[in-house]
Amino acid sequence: MKKHIARQAAVYLILIAAAVFALYPVVYSFFLSVMKPEEASAFPPSIVPHSFNPANFIDVFGIVPIAAFIGNTFLVSGIVMIGQLITASLAAYAFAKMDFKGKGFIFSLFVASMMVPWEVTMIPNYLTVRSLNWLDTYQGLTVPFLATAFGTFLLRQFFLQLPKELYEAARMDGCGHIRYFLLHVLPLSRPAIGTLAVYSFLNTYNSYLWPLLITNSEMMRTVQIGISMLEFQESTSWNLVFAGITLVILPSLLLLIFGLKQLVRGMSAGALKG
Amino acid sequence: MSELDNRWSLPAGTSRASAGRRLRTVSLKRLKVRENMLAYAFLAPSLLLFGVFMFYPLLRSVYLSLYSTDPAGRVASFVGLQNFTALFSSGLFLDGIRVTALFALLTVPAGMLLALVLAALTHNLLRGKRLFQFAFSLPMVLSVGSAAVIWKFLFHPSLGMLNSGLELAGLVPVPWLTNPKWALLSVSLMTVWMNLGFNYIVISSGMQGIPDDMYESAKIDGAGPVAMFRQITIPLLSPTLFFVLVVSIISAFQSFGQINILTQGGPMDSTNVFVYSIYREAFVNFRFGTGSAQALLLFVVIMLLTLVQFKWVERKVHYQ
Repeated sequence: MKKHIARQAAVYLILIAAAVFALYPVVYSFFLSVMKPEEASAFPPSIVPHSFNPANFIDVFGIVPIAAFIGNTFLVSGIVMIGQLITASLAAYAFAKMDFKGKGFIFSLFVASMMVPWEVTMIPNYLTVRSLNWLDTYQGLTVPFLATAFGTFLLRQFFLQLPKELYEAARMDGCGHIRYFLLHVLPLSRPAIGTLAVYSFLNTYNSYLWPLLITNSEMMRTVQIGISMLEFQESTSWNLVFAGITLVILPSLLLLIFGLKQLVRGMSAGALKG
Repeated sequence: MSELDNRWSLPAGTSRASAGRRLRTVSLKRLKVRENMLAYAFLAPSLLLFGVFMFYPLLRSVYLSLYSTDPAGRVASFVGLQNFTALFSSGLFLDGIRVTALFALLTVPAGMLLALVLAALTHNLLRGKRLFQFAFSLPMVLSVGSAAVIWKFLFHPSLGMLNSGLELAGLVPVPWLTNPKWALLSVSLMTVWMNLGFNYIVISSGMQGIPDDMYESAKIDGAGPVAMFRQITIPLLSPTLFFVLVVSIISAFQSFGQINILTQGGPMDSTNVFVYSIYREAFVNFRFGTGSAQALLLFVVIMLLTLVQFKWVERKVHYQ
């Protein structure tokens, strides 16, 4: 019994140490975000805040258009998410439930394109977007990402699991492909669609290199670029930088609290393809 | 559909059946054409987007890699394989591969081991399970942009918490990002933290898939926790671990954001990973030709690595 308790205690000690490692950077950003400027740049740094200065959250809006950053990012992530849901569910339905010429070939094209690292297409895509005059526009940020091979694959696997009898029954009632897709397949696939929605939203929300390449004006920047720009301005004080970071990570924290289940399900679905 | 047609045609008389068959094949054909058209219509948006932003760029990368370009990105002249030979002779390719491979070695095993241990320890936890799950998944939702800025401050030579902690413990401060010996290690530490969320979520959901009766019958046979972990958890989890391995190695070879924010490839190119040097070549030096050649080499390297893993490592994976 004693041995058992000692083992439990050891497990909790390890877990607590690991949790400190995982949480500390985020907690520390919250601490810094409410510190007065003198304290944030004091030496030695304070472990917990001794001053409370919520005005940081207002001041940060004065230095950089952080509201525009957040608005841009949500708009771009939202457009990409909806676009990917539409294109991927249409393509997945064709692959899962329809017969057509060249199905095998087109499907293998989709699967093969998952192997291509995005960096390989980055330079030509930049040149394409530039020649379309899409630099610094929402089209440039969204259109190249509106289709997703991974999402198509994910939804196809889910559509294939839907019982065949359902399709036959719907056919008997005179239901065509379009009506069957809209009225039966989509509502039944809410879990998979939810997973893809969270996944694609987070992916776009967090993307860094592409927005860095194609946005120039401050008003078009997304959050990720805007935040790192904040940091490169030497004159800004760290408490404001971290007030900005806190504002930026709050939405994703909320997403984690409410979407953890969806995310876990999506990840295990991803693991199956490996 | 076709089954239904067959059933209808069965009771029909012979003379009427032949006429019906002809009619049926015509309407079936028309239905087939309609289904084909509809399927292509369903696929059209994806195919169009892939064509313009995936397959065309892939070909154009090959084309660009054979040319030299002027700073505006226009093709200047055909140079054949010179872009590739220059990458090899200048050492840009080998250095990039060396730094990236080292980075992968520093981040992938450590990251997977950490996530595996934490997932195993939280799996049967009675109290605080959800709390620890939340803590270990948390880094996943932080983007590389904000995570890197946070760590840049933690790594700060005088104001950073890491050095101040070391000083409190009576140790010498570490030049985290400014010393070529430490920089890659520091970036790796930050990357292990950043990847913890994804690795932990995938591995622990893989563990949930292992049936409990396996453990119970092993317990009856007198197996201890370590034996159970080695004999049951690891083999049954191996498909998930293999997936995490493949994905982690690919993402290690594609890292960019944390390098750009923390070190910008320096000091002395000690953190100049592959994608960062593509970025520098194409978008800082405006040499799209060599940049494309580098990107294609990256593609080949990732392909080979993945193939090797599927050929050699997957043998050890136990599929049920």
